[in-house]
Amino acid sequence: MSAVAALNVTASIAPMLARQSYAEFVKLFRVPAFSVTSIVLPSMFYAFIGLGQASEPLYPGSSVTFGAYFLASMALYGVANVMVLGFGISLANERGQKQDLLMKSTPLPAPVFFTAKAASALAIALISIIVLGLFAAVVAGVQLSASQWLTLGWRAMLCSIPFIGLGFALGYLAGPNSAPAVTNLIYLPTAFASGLFFPLRLLPHFLQQIAPYLPLYRAAQLVWDSVGARTEGGSITTDWFYMGAYAVAFFLIALWAYRRDQGRKFN
Amino acid sequence: MSAPAVELVNVSKRYGEVHALDDVTLAIQPGEVVAMLGPNGAGKTTSISLMLGMRNPTSGTARLFGMDPKDLRARSRIGVMLQESGVPGMLRVEEIVDLFRSYYPAPLSRSEAIQMAGLEAKAHSLVKDLSGGQHQRLYLALAVCGNPDALFLDEPTVGMDVEGRRRFLEEIGELAAKGRTVVLTTHYLEEADQLAKRIIVINHGRVIADSSPAAIKARVAGKRITFSTTAPPEESQLAGLRLSSRQIEDHRVRLLTNEPEEVLRELFRRGVEIQNLEVAGADLEEAFLAMTHDDVAP
Repeated sequence: MSAVAALNVTASIAPMLARQSYAEFVKLFRVPAFSVTSIVLPSMFYAFIGLGQASEPLYPGSSVTFGAYFLASMALYGVANVMVLGFGISLANERGQKQDLLMKSTPLPAPVFFTAKAASALAIALISIIVLGLFAAVVAGVQLSASQWLTLGWRAMLCSIPFIGLGFALGYLAGPNSAPAVTNLIYLPTAFASGLFFPLRLLPHFLQQIAPYLPLYRAAQLVWDSVGARTEGGSITTDWFYMGAYAVAFFLIALWAYRRDQGRKFN
Repeated sequence: MSAPAVELVNVSKRYGEVHALDDVTLAIQPGEVVAMLGPNGAGKTTSISLMLGMRNPTSGTARLFGMDPKDLRARSRIGVMLQESGVPGMLRVEEIVDLFRSYYPAPLSRSEAIQMAGLEAKAHSLVKDLSGGQHQRLYLALAVCGNPDALFLDEPTVGMDVEGRRRFLEEIGELAAKGRTVVLTTHYLEEADQLAKRIIVINHGRVIADSSPAAIKARVAGKRITFSTTAPPEESQLAGLRLSSRQIEDHRVRLLTNEPEEVLRELFRRGVEIQNLEVAGADLEEAFLAMTHDDVAP
């Protein structure tokens, strides 16, 4: 009995997860099309739109500056961008190149693979927030209290989690050629419609009607709230509830898409 | 008494209407070196996929070291080279080898695995910068890095040059000599002959022969004699010749035989008119057809 058990061993999970996470990270990081857009783009948008009016009040009489408000907007845009594009496009590409085939024959458990992918994307999301925060503080002179910086950081990171599910789903639903177009088509308009680039009141009326149901809008309220600039009267409990519901929905879709893909290839 | 390394019991596999495998039963014992030989589309890759648990049989059972092939304990004991599988281009050779080593409980050292594949000079290169042959060697490194008990190689030498193929077959031969189980698919008889102690011939999803290379060669390694005539040869002129198949269409005659010299001598002696004579190695497809024919014939 013990001899049999000794023969039938598998590798331990922790080193496997560490190696896999490292590999997933460098795979993303070494693609400039991804890493530069993920890490630099939010700061660039900030420079174009936020820098000129960073120290002005958000609206006449407000104690919050436009610089702080737009920092929160771009932080969220950046992290969600990493999740949706990072997963959506890289997963679709990996499937296109049949990288999943060889992996399937190894004893790598699927949950380790997905955890590593999520961890690597979270790491890049964190880098994008830090770069943006430094840019806003140093170049634009945005001043927040220590607790505001921290709250903004962890809320943005936590809000990115539902978008991991959305990214997974898109990665398994989109083809390798259509993935960049599909993910951008879904992500960019919703970022606009959620008020991340322009205040909602400047958007067409019908978008203002839809916006409160969009996941990015709910996430935006949470990060704006962390710098004292939420744009609607609701509570953060409601916002978190929405985020949780979106997370469940997106991960269920992702699971369904994953199973569908596996069934086609490996049945 | 250890379980067979690989076992297929009454395994059939259908893809929609296509019968890829039809009631195949076979066992491969630990330490055996087995070649699965057959033309394209014969069911070789499907067999390997079922052995590895990458596909599910439509009916029947596949076992790997006595376990469900999907069992991670079984998968921890194998190394695999697949056709047309991709690897991440943005990792360095040493990084992906380390990654794959981390999947296995008792892997080789990184340098051992890279050395076995002859990739020492490319260890720091990104995978995307490797040539086709180097890619193939990287797959070998990934297959052996877990120090597996059994290796599964699906058409491993496709795309290799002559020198690369020779070196590759030597490496596999050394692994086999160390007692590893090796299962490889190929459509080259020489390759199967050089490596394997046992050849399983598959065609149209069925095992049509399972024996030693010598026995298979005697049946397969024929020559094709082709010539044209003004008048088709009469039955009496071909009677008694040792042919494994013959085909006569108008003025074109195709004969398969293991003794081309003997057959030709006899044809000339009998006064058969022969023009545009060609003698060539029979391709496997023809040889398999002849073998399948043999099997059905009483």
